[in-house]
Amino acid sequence: MEPRLVTLKVNGRTHHAALAPNTTLLHALRDLGYTDVKSGCEKGDCGACTVLVNNTPLNACLMLAWLAEGQEIVTVAGLGNAEHPHPLQQAFVDFGAAQCGYCTPGMILAAKALLDEHPHPTDDEMREALSGNLCRCTGYVRIIEAIQNAANELDAEQRG
Amino acid sequence: MLPTNTHLLYPEFDYFAPLTIYEATELLAQYGEDARIMAGGTDLLVQMKMERQQPSYIISLARISALGGIKRLEHGGLEIGPTTTIRALYQYLTSSLQLPISNFQSPTSNLQSLQEACNWFSTIQIMHMATIGGNLCNASPAADSAPPLLAFDAQVTLKSKTSERTLPLTEFFIAPGKSIARPDELLTHIYLPASLPDTGSAFIKIARVTADISQVCAAVRITREGNCAQDARIALGSVAPTPMRATVAERDLIGQTFSLELAEHIGKQAAQEIKPISDVRATREYRQHIAAVIVRDALLRAWERTQ
Repeated sequence: MEPRLVTLKVNGRTHHAALAPNTTLLHALRDLGYTDVKSGCEKGDCGACTVLVNNTPLNACLMLAWLAEGQEIVTVAGLGNAEHPHPLQQAFVDFGAAQCGYCTPGMILAAKALLDEHPHPTDDEMREALSGNLCRCTGYVRIIEAIQNAANELDAEQRG
Repeated sequence: MLPTNTHLLYPEFDYFAPLTIYEATELLAQYGEDARIMAGGTDLLVQMKMERQQPSYIISLARISALGGIKRLEHGGLEIGPTTTIRALYQYLTSSLQLPISNFQSPTSNLQSLQEACNWFSTIQIMHMATIGGNLCNASPAADSAPPLLAFDAQVTLKSKTSERTLPLTEFFIAPGKSIARPDELLTHIYLPASLPDTGSAFIKIARVTADISQVCAAVRITREGNCAQDARIALGSVAPTPMRATVAERDLIGQTFSLELAEHIGKQAAQEIKPISDVRATREYRQHIAAVIVRDALLRAWERTQ
């Protein structure tokens, strides 16, 4: 089947890309320059390719790009940048929650989806929210600490 | 050519996203065996990346709104659209279970086993993508949603361009990866009968981690009358070529005075009915052993929930 012009909305920006039906959202995004979305297992086990689609964390490796047409896609770069990091991004730095960093974008997005739903998550809720994101370097203790602290930070921000 | 197994989606295919059930059945009538239906895609795309399946056509159900959503039926039953995601079903059941467990006015109040199966279903990301219909149609012996649905006497409707049939889920699974649905048929509805009063259910899954595929899982439903088990269902996954009911164990349980000893005995009976294999996840012996344990535990838990 011929490639089709697909409109993808990523981090608030609109892209038009000619994509064949067998292009996954993961590779469509990486080819557009969103290399903060990582390709890991390609089977939905590791979560490195996690993106938010309409605020829902999904595995971009298991989604055909054509299906993402017109939906709001957010990658970790869409949360903040080095000058203005999102509290989750800052907390991952402050708590040393990244080692090689490959799982970090997916971790932060999974955590973002959690905090959107549960601003005061329990330990169990945090562990459940990260059930689809594997870290093979450092373990999860600091990641959990970072999320807990980001939650506190966001809460303090909201209370002003 | 050797499989490349790059885990990239290498094979080419034509892709259709029909808007109605009829359009989908027309496409299935035309392409049949060369086509695969895609709901959440979480199994199909992995199979294609591993080059275990190479369909020429993919028919996506993503745009057929009539296949989604959960409806309460007038007689109290539930109609679950097959493209309902596992997460959406979990959230629906969780919000309807907010009522006190003893409150049997809610038609979903004894569906706890299904809620538990949805909760232990793979990872958050997969729960958001995978669908209940996809889980059934893959016909994996390990499908988490199958045992609770079997234990609730679920029925499924299959439609083709020219036919429609509704059958009990017990008749749906044929072999590993094979359901009774013909290549031109589409699963369009999943029905659960009305909840019975004085009924409890439970689902237990044994897996390396909860996000993993089960080594063994079991779902039970018990209706009590005084101290007796007046009606019961016991269903298991990952223990036979298909998800299955342990019907001899059910018969031994029904009409008996419920006790820990009885639950032990029924668990052992259920373990005798299963036909597990050894594979990468567990040995046959382990499955045999643990099936008895989790059927017992699920019975105790479900019994507690009847009060």
